[in-house]
Amino acid sequence: MFKVYNKLNRNQLKTLEDYKTVQKTRRLLSTSAIHLKEKTSDSKKDVKQSKSFTMNLFRGQLQTSQVFPYPNVLNDEQTETLTSLVDPVTKFFKEVNNPLKNDEIETVEPNTLEGLWDMGAFSLQVPQDLGGLGLSNTQYARMVEIVGAHDLAVGIVLGAHQSIGFKGILLFGTPEQKAKYLPRVSNKEFAAFCLTEPSSGSDAGSIRTRAVLSPDGKHFVLNGNKIWISNGGMAEIMTVFAQTPVKDEKTGKTVDKVTAFIVERAFGGVSNSPPEKKMGIKASNTAEVTYEDVKIPIENVLGGVGQGFKVAMNILNNGRFGMAAALSGTMRSVTAKAVEHATTRVQFGKRLDSFGSIQEKLARMAMLHYVTESMAYMISGNMDSGSIDYHLEAAISKCFASESAWYVCDEAIQILGGMGYMKATGLEKVMRDLRIFRIFEGTNDILRLFVALTGIQFAGSHLKELQKAFKNPTANLGLILEEVTKRALSSVGFSSAPSLSHLVHPKLSDAANLAGQSVGLFGPAVESLLIKHGKGIIDEQFLLNRLAQAAIDTYTMTVVLSRATRALNLGLPTADYEALLTQVYCSEASDRVASNLLQLKSGKHLDNFSKMSDIAEQMCQSGGLVQPNPLNL
Amino acid sequence: MARVLVGVKRVIDYAVKIRVKPDKSGVVTDGVKHGLNPFDEIAVEEAVRLKEKKIASEVIAVSCGIPQAQESLRTALAMGADRAVHVEVPQPQYDSLLPLHVSKILARVAVDEKADIVIVGKQAIDDDSNQTAQMTAAILGWPQATFASEVTVADGNVLVKREVDGGLETVKVKLPAVISADLRLNEPRYATLPNIMKAKKKPIKKLTAADVGVDLAPRQQVLSVEDPPTRQAGSVVPDVDTLITKLKEKGHL
Repeated sequence: MFKVYNKLNRNQLKTLEDYKTVQKTRRLLSTSAIHLKEKTSDSKKDVKQSKSFTMNLFRGQLQTSQVFPYPNVLNDEQTETLTSLVDPVTKFFKEVNNPLKNDEIETVEPNTLEGLWDMGAFSLQVPQDLGGLGLSNTQYARMVEIVGAHDLAVGIVLGAHQSIGFKGILLFGTPEQKAKYLPRVSNKEFAAFCLTEPSSGSDAGSIRTRAVLSPDGKHFVLNGNKIWISNGGMAEIMTVFAQTPVKDEKTGKTVDKVTAFIVERAFGGVSNSPPEKKMGIKASNTAEVTYEDVKIPIENVLGGVGQGFKVAMNILNNGRFGMAAALSGTMRSVTAKAVEHATTRVQFGKRLDSFGSIQEKLARMAMLHYVTESMAYMISGNMDSGSIDYHLEAAISKCFASESAWYVCDEAIQILGGMGYMKATGLEKVMRDLRIFRIFEGTNDILRLFVALTGIQFAGSHLKELQKAFKNPTANLGLILEEVTKRALSSVGFSSAPSLSHLVHPKLSDAANLAGQSVGLFGPAVESLLIKHGKGIIDEQFLLNRLAQAAIDTYTMTVVLSRATRALNLGLPTADYEALLTQVYCSEASDRVASNLLQLKSGKHLDNFSKMSDIAEQMCQSGGLVQPNPLNL
Repeated sequence: MARVLVGVKRVIDYAVKIRVKPDKSGVVTDGVKHGLNPFDEIAVEEAVRLKEKKIASEVIAVSCGIPQAQESLRTALAMGADRAVHVEVPQPQYDSLLPLHVSKILARVAVDEKADIVIVGKQAIDDDSNQTAQMTAAILGWPQATFASEVTVADGNVLVKREVDGGLETVKVKLPAVISADLRLNEPRYATLPNIMKAKKKPIKKLTAADVGVDLAPRQQVLSVEDPPTRQAGSVVPDVDTLITKLKEKGHL
């Protein structure tokens, strides 16, 4: 850091009032390094720290501990177990499950469902002593990848059950709750996650279902209505979220707070609608569930009274990597179909794969898949090594995977042409099934805002800390020094881009530089947004979306750099191919980052945003498109 | 009740496109997906069914081969075999292992384990030898009932239906006996994940060829392994007359 600093000439630094301070502190640093270190750690005590790459990205800091090296979390025994599970599950999905039949009859064929229960597919992560297979997140990812490759609708039946349905019991259950319910959900009793309501979709805090403590204090009495509940028509055991009156300790006022409950259908008062008719994932049961004076024993409160929102968010965060894993399986299988067609179909006397248009499609499909797959296993690996800072990455993986799978399947259909549009080819069903993934479990739009706002909040808390530090500069010299130097470098246009090149294989150093530059652009971009908008930034969705997209592109670049580096270092047979995917991806993604971040402050773009607001407003006033057709007829 | 010994072989998966090694000494096995020989899977299923019908008291799976043969034993254990015996044969010797060697090993293990019935697949899908059941029976001096498509055990006898050219033949053999499984004997079950987990705890006894007193010296030398000839391109003839003329020209008529 100081080496670079020394190269700056006096002129360049003239603009900085802090020049002298810097000089002074440099001298101080050399004499009292230990003292400074202590002060620094003191002053940072209150500020949230995070191991998350994405979180730190918003501060312009490079935090690579969860990204490099690419996680390798399975021990020999886990690898052996997983190896022995892959074949039978694949075989089951190839030979027993019939995706088109399931789609046609809008339910999973009974023998398949029975087989899946016998297989243990419904309790992959339940501990072995409670009737499950006790798989780690990484092992689970590999299993759902197989499911995603064959039938996403079955994937939802399985996922609604274990990824969200009873995940709350796994994560927050008391030992008694686990002992009581996990064996049951492992043995043919379906579970469901019941959050969404007619008036509460993305805004999960606004649910109206209520549970009130009975006068004898032994039960909560639950009333309310949940919609679009996957497995809602079959579930015996449900994780239900409801408002409960909670007394605020400080103010003494009673307010409604969300609480999670384990509700059994057998409690009485639980009913459901017939299954909904849907665009895709038809074999999965989706129903409305109504609770009428359901008596829930107080021991069925999950994760504490008033803690429901946290429980819900943790369940969803915890399951998102599974979607990326499943969809990377989907992309793998639809890409195989596209490649098969491209290498056999002849037009104009040439095989399709000899045409540039097709080559570009295939290469893009491969890149998006590589990113998704690498991200799924990186996050599952982080989680398996005990990370708690993976929420932004999990949200990114869900957005990226669902959008990539949609694109990849769409291009596969395009490559197959008319054949792709035919039902029997199987891609049409995948396309319909895929659409929901951008909507459920947190729409991608909400998740983007979640990424941007959580990141900004994190960066903001550090900025606040800095402001505080300036009030008492001598006590917080280390912190100030660090920031001053950083600012000095960036404001004189000196690249303060953090370097990734020491972490990657030499073949990827150019790509790593691009990723580093993206990281370097990020911190100042966030800072100037905060300076300009302050708290008001939360309403600037045009800007937040671009910031989120830049975060997605930057994180994903780093992920593939890590994975390809691992491949190159191990000398895997596919290493050179993986390097190609990574090089092209980083080149394009870094362009997008630069463009998105530029738009945050470019007058032309800001003007476009306000014009678009205007357009939308006029449309909404006139109930649709504003102008008549040119014939005015 | 009978004790059943079932032979299993790890082979290249049926869906894999086989490639010949450049030096023509054999086929490429490195990095190639392997699995339990499908006919042996049928044999295991039959053995497990005998146990479920309380005809068999115990099912012992046995395999000869390199350490990875244990994968196939684990599959057999996951399907329901009680325990396994792995006679480890190192790669160089495994390359020249013949049905005769395997038969000698199986025979010795059958005696040591006091088996009453030996069931094997009628052939392995890699070398298609179709000799092991017959040779094992000969070495043991037991009766054999090969290509079974139905097995019934009663009063110390086994009734085996076999598919022959003219229809079905039923043979009756006295126990102990050797049976080989044909394709339509049964439909093997899927190894469920919980059973795969349980199978990890079932014992596999490891032996060497020396332990069972079998000399693995090669009896044959492989001179060359070749790809099948590629199919010649066909041609379309304009009418039946031309077809007949062409067939006559080539001496097919």
